[in-house]
Amino acid sequence: MNMNITPDLSVTIGRLTLKNPVMTASGTFGYGDEYAEFIDLNSIGAIVVKGLSLTPKAGNPPPRIIETPSGMLNAIGLQNIGIDAFVREKLPFLKTIKTPVIVNFFGDSIEEYVQAAERLSGVSGIHALEMNISCPNKQAGWSIFGTDPDVTFNVVSEVRKATDMTLIVKLSPNVTDISLMARAAEAAGADALSVINTLTGMAVDIRTRRPKLANITGGLSGPAIRPVAVRMVWECYRAVRIPIIGMGGITTAEDAIEFILAGASAVAVGTGNFISPVTAATVAEGIGAFMKDEGIGSITEIKGGIQC
Amino acid sequence: MDRLFTVSVTENRQLIENHFLLTLHPRKKIRRPEPGTFFMLSVDSGLDPLLKRPLSVHRWLGSDFQLLYRVAGKGTAILSRRKPGDILEVIGPLGNGFPLKQSPKGAVLVAGGIGIAPVFALAEKLSSQRPLLFYGARTKQEVLCLDGLKRLGVQAVISTDDGSLGTKGSVINVLTQVASENPDMLRGQTFYACGPEPMLTALSGFAVQRGMKGYAALEERMACGIGTCLGCVVNTTGGYKRVCKEGPVFALDEVIWERGKSQELGGRQ
Repeated sequence: MNMNITPDLSVTIGRLTLKNPVMTASGTFGYGDEYAEFIDLNSIGAIVVKGLSLTPKAGNPPPRIIETPSGMLNAIGLQNIGIDAFVREKLPFLKTIKTPVIVNFFGDSIEEYVQAAERLSGVSGIHALEMNISCPNKQAGWSIFGTDPDVTFNVVSEVRKATDMTLIVKLSPNVTDISLMARAAEAAGADALSVINTLTGMAVDIRTRRPKLANITGGLSGPAIRPVAVRMVWECYRAVRIPIIGMGGITTAEDAIEFILAGASAVAVGTGNFISPVTAATVAEGIGAFMKDEGIGSITEIKGGIQC
Repeated sequence: MDRLFTVSVTENRQLIENHFLLTLHPRKKIRRPEPGTFFMLSVDSGLDPLLKRPLSVHRWLGSDFQLLYRVAGKGTAILSRRKPGDILEVIGPLGNGFPLKQSPKGAVLVAGGIGIAPVFALAEKLSSQRPLLFYGARTKQEVLCLDGLKRLGVQAVISTDDGSLGTKGSVINVLTQVASENPDMLRGQTFYACGPEPMLTALSGFAVQRGMKGYAALEERMACGIGTCLGCVVNTTGGYKRVCKEGPVFALDEVIWERGKSQELGGRQ
């Protein structure tokens, strides 16, 4: 084992090369600027921004978040400033850093998904797109984008026709068999998968007998969901050939390595950014340290390296 | 100066049941927190509780600072067991403090319950003006900081729900009485408040009715404290705004006080 070797953390997602496999999960990192005072934004692999839609969205009424054991429920409701305001007001700052920017987006119809993808394609400073088909806080009916493999295939196919950019599809864990969704997205032309979005959950105030969230239900995230996320990454890894970005409760490098061994090419830190604004950077650093310790030359060596 | 730092606990003193005064020593130089701003404080290094807790600055001691808090849930219960020497991670100061330039004539401070924590910080800043403070609590025992207020020369008008100290009734009852007996006393003044939402709702109504301006520091559950999670929004005339970023201090007439009306009156009114 050569301990002096500088480990190679770079990974490839579609046509994107990241200097390390640690990204930020959409909705947990704003548009990057809020974190600039806390971490070197160039120290992470990619920044995934808060989900955008064609027009701004106000989001859900408060209360929107509630902490649960080792996790939190959120029902933000995809509040965002809209694609145009993002490009005008937020992208100029993101262009000043070297880290690739991945824009998460969603629509309320296949047409809106396509229009959003068209609007974002080729915009200087945007390096890849992540398609959200899996928000648990949308109105009934919307969830079909991420829970019915035929609908997933259709919406991803249409977006695929609309953009040449690296296209990542973010899958919902709120399904019986996530491998079917993964296969549908791959068959429709996705370049990579983000696995997983939040799990639908609920918390009740037993004194008032009311739900703790105004939206009643919300999406569960944080370390509480990590074993579920690892399992789903593993299931997807066995089902598809495209890269998987693993996420769900990662707060340490050890957590990230677990996902990579289960088949993830890259990982994303989500709720961990809320726990401490330096989490994504310390995870990236810690992966390098782990590789040195273990004598791993390239992070790609251990992808899917779990021995069952 | 870095807004992410660690502190060592100097003292975590129980004042009365469920109320603690926490003195923290930052392990590096930090920005001076303005009254109304807050810190996000990790109460434990483990993963449950997961998130930092937002606590407004109570006193700035030059480099150390104090937080005054009430045990309201799991996070603050754990915080209450922290001992001198314990190391905690902190982000802050965060948010916008009370805007003072907008009060040409004078400030009237209003505090309800643990809302005295940031209001005391403002009283200390304005002590040369000998500000007027309307301060309501449930009982005499829960009226905090009386010695400090006296030392600062604050003119405190106390009310308690049970009448065990000061006037029996709410802060708003007292304000209404003052306004009718001595209308000049409040004319042209600006309210600076913190307290339970029903109190702030009533104060907002009181101020609007009399053409008075006012500001309130709001409390909301937060995940990040720095503007990214969008979890802590409050409904305002300008749409949803983040308590951590656009707040925590908002103009009374800017906030749409819908929850104060519908909520059961668990707190003081």
